[in-house]
Formats: sequence, C-alpha cells, structure tokens
Amino acid sequence: MSRTAENYRGYNFAYLDEQTKRMIRRAILKAIAIPGYQVPFASREMPMPYGWGTGGVQVTAAILGPSDVLKVIDQGADDTTNAVSIRQFFEKTAGVETTTETGKASVIQTRHRIPEAKLQANQVLVYQVPIPEPLRFLEPRETETRTLHALAEYGLMHVRLYEDIAQHGHIAKTYAYPVLVADRYVMDPSPIPKFDNPKMHESAALQLFGAGREKRIYAVPPHTKVVSLDFEDHPFEATKFEQPCALCGAKDSYLDEVITDDRGGRMFVCSDTHHCETRRCEGHLGPLGMPVTEAAE
Amino acid sequence: MNPLLVAEGLSKFYGARIGCRDVRFALEPGEVLAIVGESGSGKTTLLNLLSGQLAPDSGAVRYRLRDGRTKNLLDLSEAERRLLARTDWGFVHQDARNGLRMGVSAGGNIGERLMGVGDRHYGRIRENAMAWLGRVEIDTGRIDDKPTQFSGGMRQRLQIARNLVTHPRLVFMDEPTGGLDVSVQARLLDLIRGLVADLGLAVVLVTHDLAVARLLSHRILVMKDGHVIEAGLTDRVLDDPQEAYTQLLVSSVLAA
Repeated sequence: MSRTAENYRGYNFAYLDEQTKRMIRRAILKAIAIPGYQVPFASREMPMPYGWGTGGVQVTAAILGPSDVLKVIDQGADDTTNAVSIRQFFEKTAGVETTTETGKASVIQTRHRIPEAKLQANQVLVYQVPIPEPLRFLEPRETETRTLHALAEYGLMHVRLYEDIAQHGHIAKTYAYPVLVADRYVMDPSPIPKFDNPKMHESAALQLFGAGREKRIYAVPPHTKVVSLDFEDHPFEATKFEQPCALCGAKDSYLDEVITDDRGGRMFVCSDTHHCETRRCEGHLGPLGMPVTEAAE
Repeated sequence: MNPLLVAEGLSKFYGARIGCRDVRFALEPGEVLAIVGESGSGKTTLLNLLSGQLAPDSGAVRYRLRDGRTKNLLDLSEAERRLLARTDWGFVHQDARNGLRMGVSAGGNIGERLMGVGDRHYGRIRENAMAWLGRVEIDTGRIDDKPTQFSGGMRQRLQIARNLVTHPRLVFMDEPTGGLDVSVQARLLDLIRGLVADLGLAVVLVTHDLAVARLLSHRILVMKDGHVIEAGLTDRVLDDPQEAYTQLLVSSVLAA
C-alpha cells in the first residue's frame, strides 16, 4: 500500500466495502454471462454526484486489484476534471498505479469514448452510463421495456431510426447509437460517438458498463458480435472527418473541434489525447502542430 | 364451416361481481360480429378475454392460426400471443391515443408493425405506408406529420391503417366511432365497411350504437349484466327483438 493510501486508512481498499464489491461482482458475472442484458444492482451512494460516473466508479472499485494499472479518460482526454478526479480518487483509496498510456493500463474507465489504440485481451474497459435503456425515450414504462427485451421485440428501435430518415434523410443519431449484442439484446453503448461503435465488435478486451443512478450493470464479453442497427437501404456508417488532426495529422481518429479565438478560428484535434501525443512523439505532424522537442522548450 | 375463433363458455369474475358469464359463439372468417349492450354489461371484458388480454376464470378461446392449427389462446406463450396480436390481429381503440404513438409520424406509426416483424428496408416500409395512407383517405403529403396534428377522424383512420398493414385476419374494434361527429362517423363507417369487404376481415365490434351495429355487422350479441341474452342475425335481432331488454334497447334509439 502506498503512503497516500495509508492516509485513507479509515476506508477499505478502493473505497467500497467487501460485501458491496461481492454484490457488484455477482452482477458483473451475470452481465458477462448474458451479453447486453441489463442486470439490476444495489447501487451505492458514492462521494460524487450522480451523472459524474458513479456507476463506472463502482464497477472499477469492484474489479480493481492492488496490481492493476488504472487509466481514466473523459471524452478521450486524460487531463479533464472528471478524469483527473476519478484517477486521484483511486490513487488515494486504492493506492494503485495510474497511467495515461492506453497500452499500459489493465483497467480503463471511460466517459463517452473508446481509446484509438486497439485494446488487448488483458484489458478491461469500464464505461460510465447515464441512461442504460436504449428504448427509454420510446417507451417510458420500465415494465414494458423489460418485456420487450425479454421477447426480443425490437421493432420500436427501428421506428426511431425510421423517424430520423424521414426527418433528416439519413440516420441522424451520432452518439449512443444502438447496437445488437450477440444477436440477442439491443444495447445502448453509452454516449460514445458512433465512430467508436465498430471498435466494440469482436473486441479482445472485456467491456463493462455501469449506470449508478439507474442501478444497472451490463457487459460485452471479449470477442462478441456487436452490430449497429440500420436499414438495408440506409446502412450504418461511422462518422468520417474531412481533415486530419491539426496537431498530429492522424486521418483515422475521432476529432474534437476546438475554438481558438473569437473571430471564428478553430481547429480539429484528436479527442484521444494519449493517441495524439504518442503520434507526435513518433514525429507525425499536423498542419498546426509543433515538433514535440520544440514544444517542450 | 370452419370457424376462425370460438368462445367456449367464457366466464370472468371480479371478486363476487360478474364480468361476463358463460359466453359462447363461433366467428367465421370474414364475419362481422357486433357485441351491444349498455355500459357495464361486460362488453369490454368480453373483448379483452377474446383478444387474450385477460385470462378467463373458466372457458376457452380457440383461434385458428394461419398454419391451420387451432389453439387455445391460454396455451400460447406470451411471445406467441404478442406476435399474433401484431401480425394476425388488429385492435382499434375508441381513443386513438391508446392505439397510436402520438410522438411518432404517421409513416412511422404505420411502419411499426412491419419493422416489428423484421422488415429492414426503409424504402419498402415507406412505400407501404404511403399506399395505406391513400387507402384510408389521408393525404399522402402528411406522411411525416405527427398524429397530434391530425383531427379525430384522421387519427381513427390512421389507427386503422396501422392495424391493417400486416394484413390481419381478425380485427377487434372497441367503439371505433365513439366521440366523432356524425358526418365524420358516416365516412369512417363507410371506409371500414369497404375495407372489411375488400380484405375479407373478420371483426369483433363492441358498440353501444345500434346504428353502427346495423351498418357494419352480420350478427349481433346483446349483453346484459355479463350474460348474452340474445344472439342472431343483425337484421333479425334489430327488427324483431325477442327479449324485453333488447326491445327496450331498440326502442330507445332516437329517430332523427
């Protein structure tokens, strides 16, 4: 145990007590056994407000061991408030090693992104989920949505996509794009951009989803079929970008728009900060990027 | 004859109160059966029993499936019953809001059943929705409007289109013309009569309006206090009622 963790001796390892972890682990095991199925669990109060990742934090706390290496990202970035706070939370309460390097991490907690680097078999990706029920805005009754899942009646989901095409000429949903897991359950992949949807398919890493306020855990086990819903004549298409990342020149990563001044100046940069840094260190340069050595001076 | 639906001694009690008692009849394919009676006579209970939404305390509902097998509705799994309800059956509610998705466009409302049985081709679904809007006399230009922007009569016609798109063989109607003004009612009845004849639909129609029953139905069941007190061909029952209560009912109709 590191020195900082000793300062928090009043707490159990990784904040939650062992009974709670057992309960969450049981829910996780059930979720893995039934890919895409939402398992109810007794979500605890966490020392942060709902909507800040209480579900993800509980899942992470339940699976974390002393030898794990933790990475936390928020919209792809390691250095935003939410990511920094959660990373520090586990540094203090579990004393585990943390990292920003995707390849080094054994557990990655994420809000709204999947890292660009391909995940490996020894890694676990933990998603923070605000609304786990993909049918929620079509059918407000929980009893009814559960029945629809049980009977695999998913026509309603396509009504939503139909409405999009009728209104916009294409499927306008760009995030939280519904997927069918293992040919059985329709699942909300949490508000990741649809750009990331193909990465879920046959992923080598275990993917766990925790919704704290809604008290649901679900999972996609490694090497599971994950298909984005679509129509035959309007097939699913991942978002494409017209320009490369302004800093590292990457043409195949998800880009954030950054406003640079108040005269309409803007640039598009990788949302995955670690991916962008790695590429710049390797010498890749975008139109607005500086070589890493110069930038350091 | 080979009936489509047979009710065998259907009874349903709400505690000591009778919902309906020992109702039996057979419905042939393409036949329109009206169930009439005053409020609280058990019409809606009977309709819910027939459509599998309520389980009877005794008796059975036998339905002949598309593959020719006749099955007791109670023996079907919930999944099978729901599939039946959205493919082979239709359900037209008195209040269109119960039968439509008010937040979804007219096209989406009609397409829902198609998507529910696995159609995944947008162009085809839309074409079908267009055709059905035309058939129920709604301007096809309004395909992307929501039912909230429709009049009561249009909503009712949209509800019918939404139900008929999968070519059901049996449609349950609960006061389909209730709450509409008479001229709209007349057009709707005309439409229903046309569709029923064209498509060879069997219909179980619940109404308290004897004029509607006379116009649409071939046969009639008169209910009182949960019992069927008189049954027969519509013209016979309405022109020559045998039971005192039926006579009262018929004589209570206001002449225009």
